[in-house]
Amino acid sequence: MPIISTAGLARTFTTRNGPVEAVRGIDLTVRPGEILGLLGPNGAGKTTTLRMLTTLLPPTGGAATVAGHDLVRNPAAVRRRIGYVAQSGGLDPQETVRSELVTQGRLYGMSRSRATARAEELADDLGLTELLDRRTPALSGGQRRRLDLAMGLTHRPEILFLDEPTTGLDPGSRADLWALVRRLRDEHGTTVVLTTHYLDEADSLADRLVVVDKGTVVAEDSPAGLKAAHGAATLQDAFLAVTGRGPAPVDTTPVAV
Amino acid sequence: MLLHDTALLFGRYARQTLRSPFQIFFGALMPLLYLLLFGPLLTGLPLGGEGDSWQILVPGLLLQLGLFGASFAGFSIIMEKNWGVFDRMRVTPVSRLALLLGRVLRDAALFVFQAVLLVLVALPMGLRAPLAGILIGFGFVALLSVTLASLSYALALKLRTPQEFGPAINTLAMPAMLLSGLMLPMTLAPCWLDVLSRLMPFRHLVDAVREAYIGHYTTPTLLYGVLVALGVAALAVTVGTRTFQKAIA
Repeated sequence: MPIISTAGLARTFTTRNGPVEAVRGIDLTVRPGEILGLLGPNGAGKTTTLRMLTTLLPPTGGAATVAGHDLVRNPAAVRRRIGYVAQSGGLDPQETVRSELVTQGRLYGMSRSRATARAEELADDLGLTELLDRRTPALSGGQRRRLDLAMGLTHRPEILFLDEPTTGLDPGSRADLWALVRRLRDEHGTTVVLTTHYLDEADSLADRLVVVDKGTVVAEDSPAGLKAAHGAATLQDAFLAVTGRGPAPVDTTPVAV
Repeated sequence: MLLHDTALLFGRYARQTLRSPFQIFFGALMPLLYLLLFGPLLTGLPLGGEGDSWQILVPGLLLQLGLFGASFAGFSIIMEKNWGVFDRMRVTPVSRLALLLGRVLRDAALFVFQAVLLVLVALPMGLRAPLAGILIGFGFVALLSVTLASLSYALALKLRTPQEFGPAINTLAMPAMLLSGLMLPMTLAPCWLDVLSRLMPFRHLVDAVREAYIGHYTTPTLLYGVLVALGVAALAVTVGTRTFQKAIA
């Protein structure tokens, strides 16, 4: 029983220059506890797809079931079961770390005392305890990202959507975030759907990759399977071959050393 | 759910406002300057009607405060959209209507507070009005703030670029101020202007507050003002709600 399934999910934007088909029809199945990487060139429709799956943007075509509920008919039930961390996060510069975490809990219907306790628990879990009384603009990039993630995890969602979670992070912070995502899955069975441009990230973190280009799924496999299918030594080569952004390697035999 | 979420968001926005004395006091500055530097010019002039010049000017300034303050309220939602805070809240199951009402109620509270400040400064300058009339005036400030803030948030959600927002609001607020006779009563106007100004709903609000400031609580002017104020507030909240629910379903 998949935790996410979509059929022909599509979104067309109307602009002054006519309709723009950002997502033409995505068919996707995600199993519970899976870490799914969504790859694709800029403008391929990754963010639009995530925004649809997280109820932020109504689809203009197709259907989807997320965490057991119909995306279009019952967005409120979907919202209770998912967490979402946008590409640029969502922190108010006027607030402290603590107040952001407590407010988030209360937005999910927790009582004040429950939300306060949960905020401290999350801060402890994500190494934010020392920073609880700091204003959000005083955080470093890595700390901000951990807070964004804590906000998305407040209500222990079944599915966590991450839009380019490690863009702009230093190597240490990236490694921390990878470890955290793995830990979420291993300890809580959380399903994670993430988009990324870093192919090393996709390679080491994701169980399965879905490559999106021009608004449709063009390839779907495990990182190893994707490389094998295109006779590529690296995921980078496989990605370029799939999206037609570069020549597929002519000689598929590994270089002898 | 709606009540809980509205109270939660009202609290968040009210605390943000309280942390910014600049926002609290600066908004009252323009009407205060009118009061201090323009008010004394009117004391000897024949303005028609009962009551002295302060009983005519102060009601106008109270509504000017609401008019210019609340109509720019939408800026805050543009900022929240840019920070990603708006989407972060929309992903939660929070009541969609509370996302509007929490803000609108904070705005109403802020502008009523500024109105109190304005009246306190006007008293030593010579304002004399019955307490009931002054309280009625605050009620009108609250209704006008709710009306304009709702419309402002709706407009801010609709506009594609924030750069359009300021000019759009200025273009709407200036004629609204002039046509409602906030500075001088429209009874001084030539016939055509008087007729034109009656089409501007806010004129009826100003006339009603002026009526209350001279202690006339049961006249048709006051009753009409109350009806218009409630009517436009209901309409604006409906438009705001619809826009919110459509734009952020």
